[in-house]
Amino acid sequence: MAGSNPNAKPMNLTLKVWRQKNRNADGQIVDYQVKDISPEMSFLEMLDVLNEDLLRRGDDPVAFDHDCREGICGSCNLFINGRAHGPEAGTTTCQLHMRKFSDGDTITIEPWRANAFPVNKDLSVDRSAFDRIIQAGGYVSVNTGGVPDGNEIPIPKDIADRAFEAATCIACGACVAACKNASAMLFVSAKVSQLALLPQGQVERKTRVENMVAQMDKEGFGACSNIGSCAAECPVGISLENIAILNREFLSAKATSNNLA
Amino acid sequence: MILDSKIPEGPIAEKWEKHKFNVKLVNPANKRKYDIIVVGTGLAGASAAASLAELGYNVKAFTFHDSPRRAHSIAAQGGINAAKNYQNDGDSIFRLFYDTVKGGDYRAREANVYRLAQVSVNIIDQCVAQGVPFAREYGGLLANRSFGGAQVSRTFYARGQTGQQLLLGAYSALSRQVAYGKVKLYTRTEMLDVVVIDGKARGIITRNLITGEIQQHSAHAVVLATGGYGNVFYLSTNAKYSNATAAWRAHKKGALFANPCFTQIHPTCIPVSGDYQSKLTLMSESLRNDGRVWVPKEKATAERLRKGEIRVSDIAEEDRDYFLERKYPAFGNLVPRDVASRNAKMMCDEGRGVGSSGLAVFLDFADAIKRNGADWVSQKYGNLFDMYAKITGENPYEQPMRIYPAVHYTMGGLWVDYNLQTTVPGLYATGECNFSDHGANRLGASALMQGLADGYFVIPYTIGDYLAQTPPTPVTTQHPAFAEAEAEVRARIQQLLSINGTRTPDDFHKQLGQIMWEYCGMARNAEGLRHAKQEIQKLRQAFWSDLKLVGTSEELNQALEKAGRVADFLELGELMVDDALDRNESCGGHFREEYQTPEGEALRDDDNYAYVAAWQYTGDNQPEVLIKEDLQFENVKLTQRSYK
Repeated sequence: MAGSNPNAKPMNLTLKVWRQKNRNADGQIVDYQVKDISPEMSFLEMLDVLNEDLLRRGDDPVAFDHDCREGICGSCNLFINGRAHGPEAGTTTCQLHMRKFSDGDTITIEPWRANAFPVNKDLSVDRSAFDRIIQAGGYVSVNTGGVPDGNEIPIPKDIADRAFEAATCIACGACVAACKNASAMLFVSAKVSQLALLPQGQVERKTRVENMVAQMDKEGFGACSNIGSCAAECPVGISLENIAILNREFLSAKATSNNLA
Repeated sequence: MILDSKIPEGPIAEKWEKHKFNVKLVNPANKRKYDIIVVGTGLAGASAAASLAELGYNVKAFTFHDSPRRAHSIAAQGGINAAKNYQNDGDSIFRLFYDTVKGGDYRAREANVYRLAQVSVNIIDQCVAQGVPFAREYGGLLANRSFGGAQVSRTFYARGQTGQQLLLGAYSALSRQVAYGKVKLYTRTEMLDVVVIDGKARGIITRNLITGEIQQHSAHAVVLATGGYGNVFYLSTNAKYSNATAAWRAHKKGALFANPCFTQIHPTCIPVSGDYQSKLTLMSESLRNDGRVWVPKEKATAERLRKGEIRVSDIAEEDRDYFLERKYPAFGNLVPRDVASRNAKMMCDEGRGVGSSGLAVFLDFADAIKRNGADWVSQKYGNLFDMYAKITGENPYEQPMRIYPAVHYTMGGLWVDYNLQTTVPGLYATGECNFSDHGANRLGASALMQGLADGYFVIPYTIGDYLAQTPPTPVTTQHPAFAEAEAEVRARIQQLLSINGTRTPDDFHKQLGQIMWEYCGMARNAEGLRHAKQEIQKLRQAFWSDLKLVGTSEELNQALEKAGRVADFLELGELMVDDALDRNESCGGHFREEYQTPEGEALRDDDNYAYVAAWQYTGDNQPEVLIKEDLQFENVKLTQRSYK
């Protein structure tokens, strides 16, 4: 912001960027120089500068996913200097600002690395596996209409708050990228916890967790080894406690399964 | 052409019930014989796709995102209105209706707004049933807060992430139908044209953004839920991909475009910091419940502050001008958005703005923190305060936020009748994509309400009326109109790729944005608008002769995607200017400097301009034809809007 730091000096940086033409091509790290980067820019605005420059010179701009640039849509997903969403805790890539870097820095930018997230091009990956996990059961099966009045389902505030905390997952996939096993447990657990906590989720509680975990395994995500890097790198602070809830939900569902499918 | 809004007869409170009874029904066994295309998976699209699939129709849902959950509805912060009157503070369906018509400065259709208020109560029930974790009181019941333009507390919310939670609810319903096989989901697929056969919408042409493959999709009806066009201005609170292409393509295929100049400038956004700025970030209107808006009383004080000679804390209480509280004692900081924005601009124009550019006012939480503590403020607004700190590097718990108005929402959009059908039979528009409910200014927390009302509770009824009169024989892509539309789409892409000039799509987009903001933004006048029209025409010529792209269409090519959208913005921008020039009055977000009261408020001309301006496309570079739908006000008395 002009005014917040009038003395901030523009920076020159070296970028090491993963370039890969398409899903089947081999990729490689390519070096780029960017100049006169304002510390007030967002990380993605810095990449915009690079891309405008590349396009003007007739080179292919770097493909990356982004959209809202407010930290809520979950589109942006860069692996920066070996960390999902970069060096600042609790921050999506779009909310990371260049004031976190220094003049002369070299910054390595890679896509999420996981078998279940194949690369589309450069830094853009395919996260449709997450959609398929939700399709396996991440909902309450109610049709439109014919539901009771909102206040006929009272929910204790602390339960509602906990369900909300779990429901704030933005499905960016940082948890998968941060995990050495590329496990999706934190993502799955957030949805399972939200609905297991709420009265609306009780009817399908068992089948939901069984079906979602089965789909997660089918998609090729790795197992959880309880290291917790997922929660440490989660930009919206989804708690590791959710994985404990998921494990409990899964075991108790399996022990008393009414999943007839 | 004469526009028939198809408003049902009878008293306003009975219109919708009667209409629901009168519309034709498709029997349950026949529903599976009909295919419906829904473009867009935000609140309006996901809710429509899910609800239509639940009824038994075969739905194809399209999104250019990698997942339906990324649609920009996700970013809505503050809340959703509903006339539940849970607070026992005097709310009712009529009051929500009245507030919305008045807030829209009497340029909305009464019957549509009344229906919106009626179904608002069902939306909350539906979302709760889906497991949307709304804020609750300690007794376990739903909590409410206040929003601008209302004196009752009717806004339901989930901290500062209401849009996210509502969209995830609609996304979950959609996902369930995908699992059942009733919805076929196409992600990373952009709609590039509508296919019209014998005057009826029968399909769309799409491009797969990863492979570049062009596809034809047929259906018995097409629903566009593709959002607004605020990104015409380049800088807005819209997401980067938000665009007008689907609506504009439909317009060029015969759908009239209504009130294009009605754009909403939101008063509380984080100010621009530099020319690299790629988008603007909203700070929710809910902040005006507890934040107080002010600038220094004296110009000299503001100047010293901007130069860094003094700090905010050096300005004594009596030297601060809480201008909204001063000018509008009844509504105070919670005046509607257009009023708040215009006043912020007035303060900055007077030289009393803050921040190094002078284009900002303060939004101050010191009183709320003193009254209730920082924890209380954090509970209510924590994520917004964090976002502000990340973007600006400043701590809003310690010093006031700096805010400035920014383009946020477009009230204009595709013209639709009471059934949400455009002027092309079989083509529907829902949510922000249509023009129908907000008049010249949308009240806060009403966009989520409208998107979900249209998708969950209106279109499932009204589309059945059309389908019941359409033979259930399969629609295929065999008709030559599909091949023709595809050929046009391909030719246009090739044309963009073959210009081989020097300027990037973003470069043109930024310049268009500057023209629009300067001449068709918060304040407009005839001379400026005429100048803007010429500038846009010149820019459009430059675009088609000097655009630079690389690569091909058969790959992920984000610059190519962008170029197609900018090309459409360059046409729509001119229509917005035409519309603003036609409307010789001020109303809501449309402020013509020539038409204002002595106090600087918007001065309407109800005798001459109480109409919807619907524009008809007549050919490339041809003037569009204005067709008027006169607005009848039978239940709300037209008065000068006052929030004093």
